Amino acid sequence: MSDTFVFSDELTCFATRVSEAVRKGARFGGLFATREPSGTRLLVLLEEGAIISTDSVVVQDAQPQYPALSLEIPAAAWYEREIHDLFGIEAIGPRRLDPLVLPTTTGSSRPRTGSGTTKGPIEIDPTPLSAHLRGEGVFTIPYGPVRSGVFESIEYLVETPGEDILHLRARVFHKHRGIETRFEGMTPADGVLLAERYEGVASVAHAVAFSSAVEQIAGVEIPEGAGLLRVLHAELERVANHLESVIRHCEAAGQAVAFARFSLHKERVQRLRAAISGSRFGRGVVIPGGVSGPPGLGASALFSSIDQVEAGVRADLRLLMATPSFADRLRGTGIVSPEVARQFGALGPVGRGSGQMADARIDRPYAAYSLLGLRSIEHRLQGDALARQRARMDEIEGSFHIIRQAIDRMEHLRAGKMQWAVPVDLKLNGQSIGWAEAPQGEVLYIVQLEEGRLTRVKPRSASFHNLAMFQAAFPKDVLTDFAFIEASFGVSIAGVAG
Amino acid sequence: MPWIPRGLREGVVTSRYPRRRDGYGPVFRAAVRVIDAADATTRIEDSVAACPTGAITIHDGRPRIDQGSCILCGRCTELRPDVFRFDPGFETAELRREALVVPEITESDEVLRLASAELGRRVRALRKSVHIRHIDVGSDGSDEWEVAALTNPVYDVQRLGVFFTASPRHADLLLATGVGTVGMLDALRQTYEAMPEPKVVIAAGVEAISGGLLGRGYASHGGIATTVPVDVFVPGSPPSPFSLLYGILLAIGRLSTADRAPGGRSPRSQGKDLGTARSDLYSEGFGMEGRI
Ligand code: SF4
Repeated sequence: MSDTFVFSDELTCFATRVSEAVRKGARFGGLFATREPSGTRLLVLLEEGAIISTDSVVVQDAQPQYPALSLEIPAAAWYEREIHDLFGIEAIGPRRLDPLVLPTTTGSSRPRTGSGTTKGPIEIDPTPLSAHLRGEGVFTIPYGPVRSGVFESIEYLVETPGEDILHLRARVFHKHRGIETRFEGMTPADGVLLAERYEGVASVAHAVAFSSAVEQIAGVEIPEGAGLLRVLHAELERVANHLESVIRHCEAAGQAVAFARFSLHKERVQRLRAAISGSRFGRGVVIPGGVSGPPGLGASALFSSIDQVEAGVRADLRLLMATPSFADRLRGTGIVSPEVARQFGALGPVGRGSGQMADARIDRPYAAYSLLGLRSIEHRLQGDALARQRARMDEIEGSFHIIRQAIDRMEHLRAGKMQWAVPVDLKLNGQSIGWAEAPQGEVLYIVQLEEGRLTRVKPRSASFHNLAMFQAAFPKDVLTDFAFIEASFGVSIAGVAG
Repeated sequence: MPWIPRGLREGVVTSRYPRRRDGYGPVFRAAVRVIDAADATTRIEDSVAACPTGAITIHDGRPRIDQGSCILCGRCTELRPDVFRFDPGFETAELRREALVVPEITESDEVLRLASAELGRRVRALRKSVHIRHIDVGSDGSDEWEVAALTNPVYDVQRLGVFFTASPRHADLLLATGVGTVGMLDALRQTYEAMPEPKVVIAAGVEAISGGLLGRGYASHGGIATTVPVDVFVPGSPPSPFSLLYGILLAIGRLSTADRAPGGRSPRSQGKDLGTARSDLYSEGFGMEGRI
């Protein structure tokens, strides 16, 4: 197909450079687009340990196509679909660009976020996914978008063309809220409130990644106390999310008592977060320049509540994992092979169950992580739901370890004069990238400011990056495993749909 | 089964609300209000400009807050603590959209009485048990956590005869979270239509009420009220489980009028300082009875 297209040298070289870098071991961090007056700029992020490098090229309006990166980098496929939905430019390659976040009717305009944008009416085509496959023995099972429990909306279509094969397609546009466009023109102070709502269960991580980008543009360092409080909230957020994943597993396995127990532990964590910040999701804590104020609980109260929560969680996790019917259900379920995980650059616990150990807290320490000792996590290669679950358990323990150090350090600082934020220039200009390790994996924010107003914000959630691999975890027709595999991915749909 | 004794070891963790007040209720930031006696006439425009959702407006020289769009960011209370304050408590839901604007636009009690009488007639059959169908129409994901928390042992809504159901055909109550995305409108309408009469709709969270910080956009309808008729409005971003529970009980007529002080706030929680409330919270083990 690609031979019918002739691309400019610029576009061809761009694709070659990116493929080359990934072949040499760089991790593909994502492909993003922004409108510019003369065309659409494509920006790719490549991560090599401590360094994030960028490469970019402009796709001219006269020929709104570019050579697909997903030819060589499978992880790029969902980004190409997203860019097609939101900007109308096409990646030319072997894959079809099925709508993902915004299926539009013919003739509808696209959001095309960035500068120099003209927006016409955008018309969404909500027709359900139709079966690709036909024939004898083929059956098709649609799920969603309204789920059968208290879950976020998403549409899946499962097709089984043969005994051992299964095709799974997902679309998330039902929840697409158009947040990227809403950022435009906001001040950074308002933008952080919106970032908190991009993927609401990871509010703190999103607020930290967004604010770090603004702080880099401003060239300011946040005070140590602010960094420590960010860490405290981010780690409590991690514990709450991982407990949520355990709850979902218990629910799928019909473990009613364990379900109730872990729900109780999670409720305690949420209440602790509210006691510290006034919000059960730690909202309003992180602001560009630092944090909004001191924690609402003192060190001794914090220590004793952490002790209580940890003791309960640890005892129940030990018991749960010793319940044979539970562990057996996860063992061998939903395998993401280390090879697939490497190709897709799997993030967070999904990656860590399949040998991908990248962790922004370690690779590129932010907030106050460089001051604190982080426990290393066991290297696992099984790639099944059990391995992902065990990675989360390690992380819960690790979080408590980090939280204690953070409280301790904060207490020492408090003796001296404590500062919670530094001022950020109100007329900032520039562009930068911020990051944070959310419970789901690394969150990235590309932030662009002109005269103190946001002109472009592109969040990249780990949920988006990881859900692209969901299909790979269903090698066989095992629909009874669906709930487990979904729970073990721990994806927030809001963070995928945008 | 080693799980059972462990379950019992905790003692009673379940809230007794609404039969008894719950210690956790008053510690929560639930709403912003205008302090009655405040001299709110000077430099109030700064707060109006600072509000990220445009929730503050000025009428006859005095500020008014739309709790249906307030995301509780605390900017106004920070800027003008003499004018705005956080109201703790969770009894924030209202039967009418206008009632979320405080101080109330002079509204006759008669209007409210009519609204609640009409709802009362519809839900008379639901006094014993009620089935809820939840639908996500573009939430940020946190709302689902708070809705799901209602089934945890602390809130345990089953004790009140409140159940979640997957089938709209068995549902009495539709609980919607999220901004009302264009992509979910058909599903929302179909779910509503599939429910038998009588049916009640709750807009849970400011996103479902007004779109919240997101407001209206190419993909957001700025709430669900233009698609389905809303009976109960529960503010919050996201609303806490107790706020949701209060909204549900209000919807099914399980609260006597005595439970509802003017403006929907319980008299006890009104004016209680959040600072002291927080230390109460700690000594009470986060408001949960039993051992932690
Ligand atoms: S708390 Fe924030 S959103 Fe609410 S009225 Fe005040 S400034 Fe506006």
